[in-house]
Amino acid sequence: MPAPVKKQVHLAAQLPGIHNVTVWSDPRSESQIAIDSFIRLAQTVERGKFDFFFLAEGLRLREHKGQIYDLDIAGRPENLTVLSALAAVTTHLGLAATVNATFNEPYEVARRFATLDRLSAGRAAWNVVTSHDAFTGENFRRGDFLPEADRYTRAAEFLTTARELWDSWSAGALRADAASGEFIAADAGRFAHRGRHFDISGRFTTPPGPQGHPVIIQSGESDAGREFAASDAEVVFSKHNRIDVAREFYRDVKRRLATYGRSPDDLLILPTANAVVADTDEEAAAYAEEISRELVSPQTAIAHLEAVWGRDLSAYDPDGPLPGIEPEDDAHFLKGHSVFRKDRAETARQWRELAEERNLSIRELVIEVGGRQTFVGSPQTVADAIDGYVQSDGADGFVLVPHLTPGGLDDFVDRVVPILQERGVHRDDYYTGTTLRDHLGLATAPRPAAWGGPGRPLRTGHDEKENTV
Amino acid sequence: MTGTTGDASGAAHGTTGATDPTGAPATASEPTASLHLAVALDGAGWHPAAWREEGARPGELLDADYWADLVTEAERGLLDFVTFEDVLGLQSAAFHLPDDRTDQVRGSIDAVLLAAYLAPLTQHIGLVPTTNVTHTEPFHLAIGIATLDHASRGRAGWRPQIASRAADAALFGRRTTPQLTEHDVGDSASISAPLRALFTEGAEVVRAARLLWDSWEDGAEIRDAATGRFLDRDKIHPIDFRGTNFSVKGPSITPRTPQGQPPVVSLAHAAVPYEFAALSSDVVAITPHGRAGTVAILAEVAEAVERTGRDVSERPLRTFADLIVLLDDEPGAAARRKARLDELAGAELVSDAEVFTGTPAELADLLVDRHSTGLDGFRLRPAGLPHDLTAITRGLVPELQRRGVFRTEYASTTLRGHLGLARPASRYAKGGDARHPEDSA
Repeated sequence: MPAPVKKQVHLAAQLPGIHNVTVWSDPRSESQIAIDSFIRLAQTVERGKFDFFFLAEGLRLREHKGQIYDLDIAGRPENLTVLSALAAVTTHLGLAATVNATFNEPYEVARRFATLDRLSAGRAAWNVVTSHDAFTGENFRRGDFLPEADRYTRAAEFLTTARELWDSWSAGALRADAASGEFIAADAGRFAHRGRHFDISGRFTTPPGPQGHPVIIQSGESDAGREFAASDAEVVFSKHNRIDVAREFYRDVKRRLATYGRSPDDLLILPTANAVVADTDEEAAAYAEEISRELVSPQTAIAHLEAVWGRDLSAYDPDGPLPGIEPEDDAHFLKGHSVFRKDRAETARQWRELAEERNLSIRELVIEVGGRQTFVGSPQTVADAIDGYVQSDGADGFVLVPHLTPGGLDDFVDRVVPILQERGVHRDDYYTGTTLRDHLGLATAPRPAAWGGPGRPLRTGHDEKENTV
Repeated sequence: MTGTTGDASGAAHGTTGATDPTGAPATASEPTASLHLAVALDGAGWHPAAWREEGARPGELLDADYWADLVTEAERGLLDFVTFEDVLGLQSAAFHLPDDRTDQVRGSIDAVLLAAYLAPLTQHIGLVPTTNVTHTEPFHLAIGIATLDHASRGRAGWRPQIASRAADAALFGRRTTPQLTEHDVGDSASISAPLRALFTEGAEVVRAARLLWDSWEDGAEIRDAATGRFLDRDKIHPIDFRGTNFSVKGPSITPRTPQGQPPVVSLAHAAVPYEFAALSSDVVAITPHGRAGTVAILAEVAEAVERTGRDVSERPLRTFADLIVLLDDEPGAAARRKARLDELAGAELVSDAEVFTGTPAELADLLVDRHSTGLDGFRLRPAGLPHDLTAITRGLVPELQRRGVFRTEYASTTLRGHLGLARPASRYAKGGDARHPEDSA
């Protein structure tokens, strides 16, 4: 393969398993929980030489009007357990999981990621998020235990502590020397961390895997989140896919890297996206319309409206106009859902304005604001758009979320990926190595001096977030 | 009650044991009911010097390929299940304290994730990881085991364990647990007494996990396009569990699994853990020494079952005896190997479990005899890996098959199936018996 001269497109895939991004009513839609679905999607994208496969985290079922929300696909696995199983049936694909810094302890999280990195021979990645959700806390011993400001310092110290644990085994500390009878070096794994949030000591059980540290992912959008990305993360999940906004975000985050002695290539920015591929642009557009309608059933349209209005709107006709009544400020109306935390009154005002301007019904409005498919068209059109987006520094690649489980990326891998490969912007094999760091072009040995210390403000945005487009 | 197992063969055997407290060997006319066989995998094997033996793979103990080889070998032997040891902290030769030794196997990986890795590489064998139930969040434990059951298509088990080493608490830094003394660890009863509160809490953790596993009824996922509903919310239930030190709201995020309730396996050496098993477990592993010792411990387990009010006809408790095994075909070779390993280790092997050295045929005779006391099966701890595992699968298993007491092929695809345990309905299911068998406990 000739040395790539163009910027490479990095691709990842997510099996969503929740929210209205999956068309569960399609006859081709299979189980969101059966292991076969995960294996099928992971093996498909490995065939397409994707960088990694990602699973978000679920710690509480969403509720709506005091009841379990029943309109979207739901019912998820513990993500690291699934990724460990996938490690056995894939060989190169990176394996990324969201794990919450609020409802876990550093020792255990560090141990589990070190385990995954060993089992997968160097393919683990951790999306560090923090939660400020007492609703989720009801499933945990610690419950709702910290003021909001402290959650961010806890998350930063959590990551610092995990790094100390991964570094507690020096290279060669695992001797296994039968002749001399020395199994480990004295003090292998010994650590002591005394900080504001964690005061722990002892010996860590698990020598790090081939990557040393798993790849660190971050998904916040705020100023503090961007700063954390620049100081500590190696991949950023963003939800920008309007090219102008995305370019501004890209420029801003990459610009911040120099402060921490890092180069622009040390951090990859991967917006969440979806792609609808068909033989022609027209067919793809029609299919994308169909998907949008399927994703927003009449019941879903009302439920989304209720989430913003904070009150019961079940009497309204989804095919009729938006309600004239004002939203109520009931933050507990919809729980475990991160999308509608913004100012409800302002959102309602914008939605009404848009509906009036374009003469949209409730359902049409929800379809409109729910976001369009990112890339729609023939294989050529989609490949052009993705390549153009990356070459113009809107992103380093994308996390693709299929609308069908598990076959939703078949067309993309079979028809779009070959075009990107022909152009020399996407690998046609894993030439650079076998670890996820190799695929992402990241150094295998992170530089400890660059890491943020305890107490650095960290804002990772939404808890249990899905980056719905 | 005379038996602790609740199934037909166990009850018959239990009678034999109960009426013969001297532990005399069973008669030759012993019925040929099948016994169950599991192996406990740990590091390079259960002898502390096993990692230095020829054939051992000491540099690979934390690597995927090593475990894949071991578990596929165990599956070749048609075993019911394998257990994976695990503790939060670094291993220690002392029960109650960390040590600074460098001459024994140290280092480990998360057992649930290891079991999940092995799930797609196997088709039949049960996968039973150990976890602590003292420090890890109950919700995480429940969804981890549930996910293992999905990933293995119904072959997950769970071995919950109390974190009995006070130093483990410092790894989490969220609580302290009792520091046992030299005197405490002198015998199994005095070990468990100071840990009673942790056992009580552990039973609560198992209870919370079982409620979470039932919190999605079968059929909760309806995909009803007409009403736009993916879920039937009437079939998904909060558990509202309140324990002594923790509470869990529920429901689970993970739908009900292929087995519904993955079997819980616990190791027990004294009255307190027998009671834990009677409350919480589907399989209890015990550590008797000799036939008479087996009879005595089975009686203690039966007492614990009575004390907790468990109805074993509805909710059987399978009993497995643990044995450390060193097996060689040549008579005397296993004993010589043990002597060599003891010398390397600098001390004779001491263990909670009885240590067997001999040929596979001799072990088969012993297992058949012990089985007649009412035990359902055995969890063998290979002293050296892969040597003693291979001797089990290729030596012992054919001997047992020749005696007509072990399966010649897998008759089911789930761990509950291997153990003869029916798949229970969710306790929240309407229309069925409102009272779940476990609720009697």
